Amino acid sequence: MDMKRDYYEDIRLLDSGPQVFWLVVLLGALVAFPLVADSYQIYTINLMAIHVIVALGLNLLVGYTGQISLGHAGFFAIGAYSTLALMINAHLPFILALPLAGFITAAFGFLLGLPALRLEGPYLAIATLGFGLTITQILGRLDVFGGHMGLQAPPLEFFGLKVTSDAGRYAVIMPICVVLAWGLRNLTKTRVGRAFVAVRDSDIAAECIGVNLTYYKTLAFAVSAFYTGIGGGLMAFVLGFISPHTFNVMVSIMFLAMVVVGGLGSILGSVMGAVLITWLQLELARIGELPLVGPVLTELSNQVFTLSGLPNVQYVVFGLIMVLIIIFEPLGLYGFWIRTKIYWRTWPF
Amino acid sequence: MLGQLIASGIAIGATYALMALAMVIIYKTSEVLNFAQGDMAMLSAFIAYMCLSTYGLGFAASFTLALAFAFALGAFLEFAFLRRAKEPNVLGLIIITLGLEMVLYGLASWRWGSDQKDFPFPVSDFEVHQLGGGVVISELNLVTLGVAFSLMILLFLFFRYTKVGVAMKATQQNQQAARLMGIRVGRIMMLTWGMSAVVGACAAFLIASTDTLDPNLMWTPQLKGFSAAVLGGMTSLVGAVLGGFILGVVENLFGGYVSVEFKAVVAFAVIVLILCVKPSGLFAKHYVRKV
Repeated sequence: MDMKRDYYEDIRLLDSGPQVFWLVVLLGALVAFPLVADSYQIYTINLMAIHVIVALGLNLLVGYTGQISLGHAGFFAIGAYSTLALMINAHLPFILALPLAGFITAAFGFLLGLPALRLEGPYLAIATLGFGLTITQILGRLDVFGGHMGLQAPPLEFFGLKVTSDAGRYAVIMPICVVLAWGLRNLTKTRVGRAFVAVRDSDIAAECIGVNLTYYKTLAFAVSAFYTGIGGGLMAFVLGFISPHTFNVMVSIMFLAMVVVGGLGSILGSVMGAVLITWLQLELARIGELPLVGPVLTELSNQVFTLSGLPNVQYVVFGLIMVLIIIFEPLGLYGFWIRTKIYWRTWPF
Repeated sequence: MLGQLIASGIAIGATYALMALAMVIIYKTSEVLNFAQGDMAMLSAFIAYMCLSTYGLGFAASFTLALAFAFALGAFLEFAFLRRAKEPNVLGLIIITLGLEMVLYGLASWRWGSDQKDFPFPVSDFEVHQLGGGVVISELNLVTLGVAFSLMILLFLFFRYTKVGVAMKATQQNQQAARLMGIRVGRIMMLTWGMSAVVGACAAFLIASTDTLDPNLMWTPQLKGFSAAVLGGMTSLVGAVLGGFILGVVENLFGGYVSVEFKAVVAFAVIVLILCVKPSGLFAKHYVRKV
């Protein structure tokens, strides 16, 4: 293992030649991707990028600060709705509306962080779950937000340039995703990031060494909500249409699943988890058509189960993945990746 | 008006109380917040439905079979999944039960589809009794109340006077010490999960008979049950039942006098407010954590 000898080595973004090489390859691939892929593939990647943003935000809260949240669909909804409302009602351009929506969501995150100061474990889980449900209920009743009918996303425009294709949206979403990931990585290496980790490991000990619990816990909620709000704002444009039903409890659970499957307290893990879960979501929604598994499951459905309920198999798969990851690899995909790397580094031994 | 709202609030609160009881039984012994509770109960209700409509068994036989299934399911889930987690923390356990919830939901909606089914029940929801002053309560509501109260009393006696009940309390307080005293902790856990599943299944039968049966049946009652249990303090049986009734009545009064539209969310507003004042619920002693 490489030894870190001073602080500046620890906060450096890249610390070896191969890392620079792979980063350039990755960025090159991200730039070249829309030129070679078809529209559906770009749509898939757009969804993945948005989920990566949300997973990063949630991981900051759950993985780094140790606060459970089952209500991130609520923040996602606030981000999506406030972006659209700012654009439709206040006629703000997208460039202003999106960050503003992020800050509005962060304000709600701060508010949810306040009761969270006194709650922990199961109590916090219930309170955040209630928050997520309440937000969608309220949004469904307000006529400004289209009630249960939902809102149509206005056309995306940059200085008179209309963005209509999936590739165009990719050009908006992917840079935001990369910048936010980079930002979060840097945040975790600062004084603030270390304070978050201290709060997770033991909040009483953290307080004893001078970490202001009130400040850092609410800050974690606010930053996490900001990321989720930005993700929600982008999601409104990828889907083109949002309604309260888009942000149900299952969405919160899926976000949590991404973070846990990817690996708690790891940036790379959030990315891997979000990509894997999004891909599975899209593939499993049409499980009957998949090669090999599809015919078997269709036959099984005809004999024992019902054919109309076949798409629900995806819940069984997700549930099993979540359970098995916690039981066998609590560090998630990231832990698996680290172990594989170490195995090959020391290979013949 | 007021009397009727309170009466129906108590009636609906009884189902919340039952779910809260199921929650509390598990939380008391193992400190696991069981998100699979509702879907374990839902699956048991489907088993009862299958016995009744497909195999044409009587009510007594069907419900007994379904309760036996619930017990086996609860014990199996504990044995096969919860026990396998190494050094789990709160988050890990929540994720496991959420995962189990999804598996059970997926299986049930794969097997029975998402269309709604009529759940036959020996007691009718339409025969009503006068309570005086124009307040009416249906026969089914009376049965629900009766089941909730008798289960609460039975469980209270069980935890206080039987050897197994005391062993369950000991397991919650200190697993290591309980093991050293000769308690087979694993077996106690399995028993706890089985018992909790049975209580949940009773709630599911009663809820399915007022509503229609579909895989989403227990999601809302489970959340209300959670809220009721949190309100009561998560570890107190009496607190859970009272929490259920308080929640039912508050919700109904809010729906009657303030706004029907926001009736569904008032439960969460209530628990957030109460948790801000009393972080461990209304009826539980607040334990200060040792460092």
